[in-house]
Amino acid sequence: MSAIVLQPGDLVTAAALLALDGALSVALGLGLHRVMLIATARLVVQLLLIGAVLRTVFRSESAAATLGILAVMTLVAIREGAARPRHRLARHGNYAVAGLAVGASTALAALLALTTALRPDPWWNPRYAIPVTGIVLGSAFGTASLTLDGVLGGAAAARAEIEARLALGHSFAAATGPLLADAIRRGLMPVLNQMAAAGLVTLPGTMTGQILAGSDPIEAVKYQILLMLLLAGASALAAIITARLAARRLTDGRQRLRLDRLATA
Amino acid sequence: MTAGLRARGLRHAHIGPFDLDLPPGTCLAITGPSGSGKSLLLRMVADLDPHKGEAWLDGVGRSTLSGPDWRRRVVYAPAEPGWWLDRVGGHFPAPSPDAARLGLSPDIWDRAVAACSTGERARLALLRALGAGPAVLLLDEPTGALDHDTTLAVEALLAERMRAGLGLVLVTHDAAQAERMGTMRRRMAGGRLA
Repeated sequence: MSAIVLQPGDLVTAAALLALDGALSVALGLGLHRVMLIATARLVVQLLLIGAVLRTVFRSESAAATLGILAVMTLVAIREGAARPRHRLARHGNYAVAGLAVGASTALAALLALTTALRPDPWWNPRYAIPVTGIVLGSAFGTASLTLDGVLGGAAAARAEIEARLALGHSFAAATGPLLADAIRRGLMPVLNQMAAAGLVTLPGTMTGQILAGSDPIEAVKYQILLMLLLAGASALAAIITARLAARRLTDGRQRLRLDRLATA
Repeated sequence: MTAGLRARGLRHAHIGPFDLDLPPGTCLAITGPSGSGKSLLLRMVADLDPHKGEAWLDGVGRSTLSGPDWRRRVVYAPAEPGWWLDRVGGHFPAPSPDAARLGLSPDIWDRAVAACSTGERARLALLRALGAGPAVLLLDEPTGALDHDTTLAVEALLAERMRAGLGLVLVTHDAAQAERMGTMRRRMAGGRLA
């Protein structure tokens, strides 16, 4: 089995469909063509740049360059994860919470994969370390930001419920337990949906890529399962860490509800 | 050791400092215009907001207890009570035997909180707070939503508990209620007790 190598012309042909959309947008006055043009241009430039960078780093096999790329990817993920929620914790709390949750869960999942299942040589080989970290990061930051949004928005909305319990002498952990469980469940919903739909509703991305690149479907599925297990495990961990850290920042030594530490973005 | 609730120098942004002395079985009734800081005072005593000052219950300093341990003994019942479950009964370890004398129907425990009237919820919140077994109860407008007869029934229940030693800090708009219930009466104006 060999892969069909794409030529630049093939990509231009694929863009013809978008050109049709653009023409429709102009003809029907939908005002879509501008955004779609920008998004398309951005996608192509972004990916070509990444491709070029990855090719260089893979060839160089430099630990410093690998670490640099992983650091940039992680920082972007943390920034996005912290910025999405509608509420902000005081003293850059969103960054601290998302940073610890996304960083720790991703590092754990990536190290687990690189030292056990994949075992490339060296273990940080960029060809493995970068894509594995990337796919786990993408899922962990999405989960963390949804969970954080759930905890912060939920605490603000359920102030009367939480304080009713505090006023009766319940612990802060008991008073916020249902809120945290709910936020974690909501945060994990996309990952759980992705797992349930895998292969039935859509062929997941990794598998699609490997099959198109000429791999045997069973081999592609094994990779897909490995990555899915890693990203689900890391995401659940990220959700739990996020909820607990965020809750800790919403209380104090007297187990009060400290909504004064919360601002709306 | 001083029996009952004592507080010194309770202070928060624009209100206070307040000193309170509430022996067991007495009621401090506080009246005053809306926004004068009555609810904030109760929240400070319950330690629900950050503030300065110290409080003691039967000589035991609040700062030597955890927040929940203090709030189990000094229970705050806000004017707009919160409900964390759908069903009324879930908020009580067991149906309260005092529900009937407050005019609550015996089937109320199986009802949804959302299906109860404001007046029913006010009485349920009071029973819930009493059920926690507090030494001191901080009541914010407990009868604001009740008719005259039900108000008197609530007052009778509270007076009975006071005879058993319960201390009461009662915030009310009703001067006649302050007259009936208050062992001591103070007026809050501009964040100060007069």
